[in-house]
Amino acid sequence: MTQRLVVIGNGMAGARTVEEILARNGDFTITMFGDEPYGNYNRIMLSNLLAGVEDEAGIFLNDLSWYADNNITLHAGVRIEKIDRSNKIVIADDGTKTPYDKLIIATGSSSWTPPIKNIHNPKRGFHQGVFAFRTLDDTRGMIRYARDHERAVVIGGGLLGLEAARGLQNHVSEVTLLHAMGHLMERQLDERAGHMLQASVENKLGIEVVTNAMTTEILGKDRVTGVKLADGREIPCDVVVIAAGIRPNTQMVADSGLPVERGIVVDDQMRVQGQEDIYSVGECAQHRGNLYGLVAPLWDQAKVLADHITGRDVSAAYTGSKLSTKLKVAGIDVASMGLIAPENDDDEVIIYNEPKKGVYKQLIIRDGVLAGAILVGDNRKAANLIQAFDRAQALPEERAEMLFDIGAPAGEVAPADMPDDAQVCNCNGVSKGAICGVVNAGCKTVSGVMDKTRAGKGCGTCKPLVQRIVEWAAGGEAEEDPAASWYVPGVPMPKPELMAAIRKYELKSVSSVFEKLVPGGEHDAKSKMGLASLLKMMWADQYVDERDARFINDRVHGNIQKDGTFSVVPQMKGGVTTPAELKRIAEVAEKYQVPMVKLTGGQRIDLLGIPKEQLPAIWADLDIPSGYAYAKSFRTVKTCVGSDFCRFGVGDSTALGIAIEERYQGLEGPGKMKLAVTGCPRNCAEAYVKDLGVVAIDGGKWEIYVGGAAGAHIRKGDLLTTVDSAEEVIQLTGRFLQYYRENANWLERTYSFVPRIGIERIREIVVEDSDGIAAALDAAVEEAVQAYKDPWKERAVPATPGQFRTSLPLTVLPQVPVRA
Amino acid sequence: MILGPVSDIPFGEGRTYAVGGDMIAVFRLRDGSLRAVSAVCPHKGGPLADGQIDNKVVVCPLHLYAWDLATGCSQSGQPSINVYPVRADGDQIILGD
Repeated sequence: MTQRLVVIGNGMAGARTVEEILARNGDFTITMFGDEPYGNYNRIMLSNLLAGVEDEAGIFLNDLSWYADNNITLHAGVRIEKIDRSNKIVIADDGTKTPYDKLIIATGSSSWTPPIKNIHNPKRGFHQGVFAFRTLDDTRGMIRYARDHERAVVIGGGLLGLEAARGLQNHVSEVTLLHAMGHLMERQLDERAGHMLQASVENKLGIEVVTNAMTTEILGKDRVTGVKLADGREIPCDVVVIAAGIRPNTQMVADSGLPVERGIVVDDQMRVQGQEDIYSVGECAQHRGNLYGLVAPLWDQAKVLADHITGRDVSAAYTGSKLSTKLKVAGIDVASMGLIAPENDDDEVIIYNEPKKGVYKQLIIRDGVLAGAILVGDNRKAANLIQAFDRAQALPEERAEMLFDIGAPAGEVAPADMPDDAQVCNCNGVSKGAICGVVNAGCKTVSGVMDKTRAGKGCGTCKPLVQRIVEWAAGGEAEEDPAASWYVPGVPMPKPELMAAIRKYELKSVSSVFEKLVPGGEHDAKSKMGLASLLKMMWADQYVDERDARFINDRVHGNIQKDGTFSVVPQMKGGVTTPAELKRIAEVAEKYQVPMVKLTGGQRIDLLGIPKEQLPAIWADLDIPSGYAYAKSFRTVKTCVGSDFCRFGVGDSTALGIAIEERYQGLEGPGKMKLAVTGCPRNCAEAYVKDLGVVAIDGGKWEIYVGGAAGAHIRKGDLLTTVDSAEEVIQLTGRFLQYYRENANWLERTYSFVPRIGIERIREIVVEDSDGIAAALDAAVEEAVQAYKDPWKERAVPATPGQFRTSLPLTVLPQVPVRA
Repeated sequence: MILGPVSDIPFGEGRTYAVGGDMIAVFRLRDGSLRAVSAVCPHKGGPLADGQIDNKVVVCPLHLYAWDLATGCSQSGQPSINVYPVRADGDQIILGD
């Protein structure tokens, strides 16, 4: 049944909430009451209106036709005087009574007037020439009056006061800002940042700022001629603007017997405490003791309220907001979030101060997460900091990276500056416009946009840019993807919890994981491969191998190519082969008319274009084990010729590379593992840029580097340790790889994993055994080594019916065997 | 039309069948039911029978685009694929109503 919904308040909170209700097809006849005789406008833009950079039409969010189009009865300029709860009616100042089934109170705030002598005129409210700065009418009056006057004083050095001062400069020649506190914006900025901002406001904008200025009196008989401060100073002026703060409009609500403290007390569903049918939202609402005066929390409240009142999601709950602001204050970049000063002795404080440029940055870090930040004069890192703050993300080891773009290409492109047709994802050909289209259609998570457009799903290098574009296009409303921390998209758990649950319930097959750990037991195709890899790592030979959980490459032990054929790369340990082996490979290539024979980057030979049904026969003729060039696994160990032949070689890199490959061949993991051993620091085998690279140095020692990469991402590995013998290299290699297997996220290569954990921590665990798990890691990798079987031996008896049956006509249809 | 024994298709996998001039991928879901769709990915011609499935979608092995097995609709903005009625009669896969 259609219910009657009455909304008291037609400001940004009231109208936004109604929009959210309409978006959920809420079944209501809606009546709205607004104090001001207009539709709904963007109050934040009033300072732009004052500054003359926006006109009145430009600040309206919902004009009167919006109300008509949505069958909303709007009483603009009508004030509600009482809520009669027992009869469920609201009574307006014109005496009309309106019944409701559901009521939303969104009365917002009013400008607060400090107790200043002579500020009021008994006949006309304020003294002639004195203005508040809160409504469209205030702003219009101020503009009209200021036009014929010369000197303005703004009382209040918060955000609104600064904006008013800046705007007034458009109309009068002299503006003085009086602030009762010791520095500007003291709620958002620490003292140093406040002084930095003050210097910029004075020097760049030419606004005089007086702090510790307690205004006691408005001077002038008929109209303002100046203000007097507590220290006796008089400042001549002919316009005074009050911007000393806001107070929630709650009097009528309190008078109607509803619970009001500093604001109207609401629960997590935004219902007024103890009331089934009355809600409150926005600046007038007090939630868990907090009042919010920014729009972002208000948007969140509106969504929860709408979810609850429409029954779309009655369990929706607003749990409070972490406050952050990023804005231009009077033309100067300012951002602030969380703490503005350290509170504990062990709070980590990082400060960068460059007064000449007017740049100040401060971070406060507690327990490894961002607890507060202040930026003045440079907001380039503000979006990253707000995200790190909101989501309590892990922070980079190099704290300076949070303040500056270190190592990023100079002048990183801003999404706003990119043309719509600029290609963002060079692998899948996705433009900025395509990404924005998906965001505008309602998809506001980075992973959701990546799924829909496939941007960032190739080499992955554009992911940070995709993220920036999504955040920009969503206008700061990008949503956190809960799945981002899950090991695979279809099972709602991060890796440690997932592994603990798998152990607890002894889940040894992929289907059992879905059935036990996913609500509803739903299977997910895109999660199977990651789970199969994880279970195999955890259970080794006890793993119940469901072949459908494998990706096609792992079902048939070759890498699928664009035409549905496969590549065959025989093992060639350390890149060393023999004439006999080469002959065999050549004969196979000729016999099967292999379309292409190519050397790989990992020092092996690739036979390309092999139909699936020929794989078993080719493997049999080759009679060489699989090189695993298709799996998320240990791939190759690239070597140089080392000390046997090279006149510079100081260690036998070839022999060591072969030994490492012999031992760890086929080891599966969360990502590929490419290794190298090089016989001297000239690094011909490129060991510095491998997942694990070993470098022989003079004196019979070996350096081990981990976390290197030279693909889409380039990174020099970190030196893990230097050891004296090849045996130690082999042991530490296994221990590091096992630690990576157990702790890396799915598809997280070592170049992300190592910096995420930190090389010092990895060294503690793997080399120094500070956690006492080295023996367990060694035992686990030993078990995996023992479980190795050459998959190409499956050629004799297929593992499943039709394992090697073709799935496609490779050339033309009639060649495919037709099954009767 | 009989395509062959159900046991030709392992649980959770697909196999391709040539039917007249068409290539059809038949999947045997883990819940035992069958689905049949056109075998060729409309994006770049990938072999859908080699794709991974769950009880709802097939994911093409080449570029990981996904299609709903029941409706043929793309989940990633690609053209739809054909779906065909298919069922098991005893041990045999029957294509068609």
